[in-house]
Amino acid sequence: MGKFIGKSIKRREDARFLTGKGKYTDDIKLPNMAHAAFVRSPYAHARILNVDTTAAKIAEGVVAVYTAADGPGDYGVPCGWQVNFKNGDTMREPQHPLLAKGKVRHVGEPVAIVIAESLALARDAAELVDVEYEELPAVTNPKAAMQAGAPLVHDDFPDNAAFDWCIGNDRAEVEAALDNAYHVTELEFINQRLAPNAIEPRSYIADYDVNGDKWTLYTSTQNPHLIRLLLCAFVLGIPEHKVRVVSYDVGGGFGSKIYHYIEEALLTWVSKQIARPVKWTADRSEAFLMDAHGRDHVVKSKMGFDKEGNIVAHLTDEYCSMGAYLSTFAPAVPTYLHGTLFQGLYKTPLIHVNVTAPFTHTCSVDAYRGAGRPEATYLIERLVSKGAKEMGMDPAEIRYKNFIPPFDGVNQPGYQTQVALQYDSGNYAPVLEKALEAIGYEDFRKEQEAARKEGKLLGLGISTWIEGCGIAPSAVVGALGARAGLYEVGHVRVQPTGKVSVYTGAHSHGQGHETVFAQFVADKLGIPMDDVEIVHGDTEQVAFGMGTYGSRSLAVGGSAIIKSIDKVLEKGAKIAAHKLEAAVEDLEYAEGKWTVKGTDKSIAFGDVSLTAYVPHDYPEGLEPGLDFSSFYDPSNFTFPFGAHLAIVEVCAETGKVTIKRFVTCDDVGNIMNPMIVDGQIHGGVVQGIGQALLEEVVYDESGQMITGSYMDYAMPRADNVPMIETHNTVTPCPHNPLGAKGAGEAGTIGSTPAVVNAVIDALWHLGVKDIQMPLTPQRVWKAMNQN
Amino acid sequence: MQIKLTVNGKEYSHDVEPRLSLTHYLREVLDLTGTHIGCDTSSCGACTVLLDGRAVKSCTLLAVQADGCEIITIEGMANGSELHPIQAAFKEEHGLQCGFCTPGMVMTAADILKNNPTPTEAEIRHGLEGNYCRCTGYHNIVKSVQRAAETLNQ
Repeated sequence: MGKFIGKSIKRREDARFLTGKGKYTDDIKLPNMAHAAFVRSPYAHARILNVDTTAAKIAEGVVAVYTAADGPGDYGVPCGWQVNFKNGDTMREPQHPLLAKGKVRHVGEPVAIVIAESLALARDAAELVDVEYEELPAVTNPKAAMQAGAPLVHDDFPDNAAFDWCIGNDRAEVEAALDNAYHVTELEFINQRLAPNAIEPRSYIADYDVNGDKWTLYTSTQNPHLIRLLLCAFVLGIPEHKVRVVSYDVGGGFGSKIYHYIEEALLTWVSKQIARPVKWTADRSEAFLMDAHGRDHVVKSKMGFDKEGNIVAHLTDEYCSMGAYLSTFAPAVPTYLHGTLFQGLYKTPLIHVNVTAPFTHTCSVDAYRGAGRPEATYLIERLVSKGAKEMGMDPAEIRYKNFIPPFDGVNQPGYQTQVALQYDSGNYAPVLEKALEAIGYEDFRKEQEAARKEGKLLGLGISTWIEGCGIAPSAVVGALGARAGLYEVGHVRVQPTGKVSVYTGAHSHGQGHETVFAQFVADKLGIPMDDVEIVHGDTEQVAFGMGTYGSRSLAVGGSAIIKSIDKVLEKGAKIAAHKLEAAVEDLEYAEGKWTVKGTDKSIAFGDVSLTAYVPHDYPEGLEPGLDFSSFYDPSNFTFPFGAHLAIVEVCAETGKVTIKRFVTCDDVGNIMNPMIVDGQIHGGVVQGIGQALLEEVVYDESGQMITGSYMDYAMPRADNVPMIETHNTVTPCPHNPLGAKGAGEAGTIGSTPAVVNAVIDALWHLGVKDIQMPLTPQRVWKAMNQN
Repeated sequence: MQIKLTVNGKEYSHDVEPRLSLTHYLREVLDLTGTHIGCDTSSCGACTVLLDGRAVKSCTLLAVQADGCEIITIEGMANGSELHPIQAAFKEEHGLQCGFCTPGMVMTAADILKNNPTPTEAEIRHGLEGNYCRCTGYHNIVKSVQRAAETLNQ
């Protein structure tokens, strides 16, 4: 531990956010900027018979109106991950046009874009675009989409399947083990569709500069370089060096701002057509209709146990919706980010996961905080808790019995799962022990018993979780279908005066990189934090990057910076040795200076950096300057884990669930800033509670979204949730220099099943074995009163 | 329509379209972009400002309705470079992550503490109920308001 690593340093970015000086994309105003509004499909599935833009084109303040006929971006937006069918057939990949051609395939799909002098005038004129539709039948449930005779989303894909996929042991072997199991627990449910709902809506400004035929795209994205690559190389076919992508402050992402959306490509195209800057910011209704959703799995699972409660086999079949088009990472989410986590924390010897991924007439589904791992954890943890109940076992005891024994990945090898991944390091029992102790498990059971006698329904739910994050080794993800590498870039520029600018390809949209990265950079260099600046979110400043998602910023982005720091110190040592007239081997570096071991002869970091830039008295043959950029490609994913416990009270009269306590014990590897890690856990837990109790995107049978606003889609508010009691253990990641595993998604992954298990625990004696999420009072009341 | 109002202690007079929301007036006309827009149904609270001392969702008001009023936005909370105790408390307690809901949270907190200088946790949560935050899980926002209450009561 140094001066800053491991300390809850207050965030330097707060000053601007707290005074209203943040620079979110919609805050930017450029001279002569026009505004865009979209004409969107009111139907989930319809043939476009005619689009009449005559009235709109002559409306007040209108600059231009475009439809698909004007030919924006012939290729559409691409998908970044290919998952082929089990039989080897290529994944079916529909074109995703920037403006709908011939047909619309989900409510909200853009048919025309109207550009005007103001937003109000653009919206007025959009009302004047007359689109004639022939409405067609739609399908929104992924299982229904695979039934014979279901309406087709894409006419050339005869059964709606984008791909199917499986992983794990031989299915017949798993089925045989289930047949022979002492007890088999079954679950069938829908892991419901969620809307990510970053509070800042997506926003873009495209600014075409005729001088130099160049663009600047200001965008609310989690990964500016990836957007630039997709936009240039795949969508518009423009040279990458002609486009600068800038993403200053971004108001939350949760996955939804990873993807390259049609609006940002279209605006870039429009800006050149009108030779003016053009802005579009989604309103919340558009966010609901267009921002890639999460989850939407129809699940059927079986878990077999022996007499002692050891898990002997696990079989799951799922239908996982892709939506109408394949979003950037969509195929990876229910497969490599999901099926590969079915080992959980358990020794389960036989696992088989089978996924069918159909198109439906809905918004695209892609990674949403946790991305595939919350879905895996939910079904595993529900099965384990349900199995324990059915077998009369304690839910903690059954987990202890099945935990993989400890391994640190150094003295013991990583743990090879049945589903491809090798866990890096793990020590699972302590997180559960610590969480149970914190919540007072034994006392609670007595309290629960006593409360029940008074007609009060209390329940405690356990969830022990693991995830694969810090994504990821490029060669591995490439072999699994990724069309991009998943390394990260860290550039450390030591200025002549010893001040340090760090350029990272990771992107902060709430995670506090400007503070946390500066903490470990300052510590590693032994200099004050104030001497370190972290720069991100601008392709013109940062050489390259893959962005922030999959809890990868510190584990991958931080490691890239460390690599560059190592190079700075290595070169600095040569300069120092020259100045001190000593051998490099005789020097040691600490507290910002090189010292000749055993002497008081030393030279400070700033003197060495100045020498590097004023190389008068300088080592022969050494290049001037102290400036290094590194690519870090990890050798494995990281595998944080933890235990989440919820205590709930269910109102016997109304079915309303109140969370009385929520306790976490998470192990995210080494921690740079505990305050920030706790904050990530708090937020993640509450998002997971949202799925358990409140949130669901609902489409009706015609494909109309009936939860398209905050009046209809319930997210957790301050009075829906308790304080979150956080604890932790530390099992360092053995394969990255910071020993960090990642904390961004942990909360969301662990919390949902803890809450549902708690509700079921409260109601089991009433014959309630499962309730479909979200656990609304109506559903809970119905379940309680079914018998 | 002609309106005249005071924002953060400064008087303004503008001719505005009747349909212009107060939020858009603040953001587009006065360039006070600290007041944010997170929804279209007055549900998220990101646009909260103080109007004649009361927290209001500025998206629910038209600029013309604010004629003659005194408005404080997030930009008007600090005293020069010195943060308002509520702002300082949010920093101390890590009551913000992405920062987008933060201005609305701070303005709402100001209203809560004005009306109830010693709120309980439940009262704070009830008071914040009109403001969405997707990052913090509210934990540290509640703690920020508690800390601000302590500071303001000293």
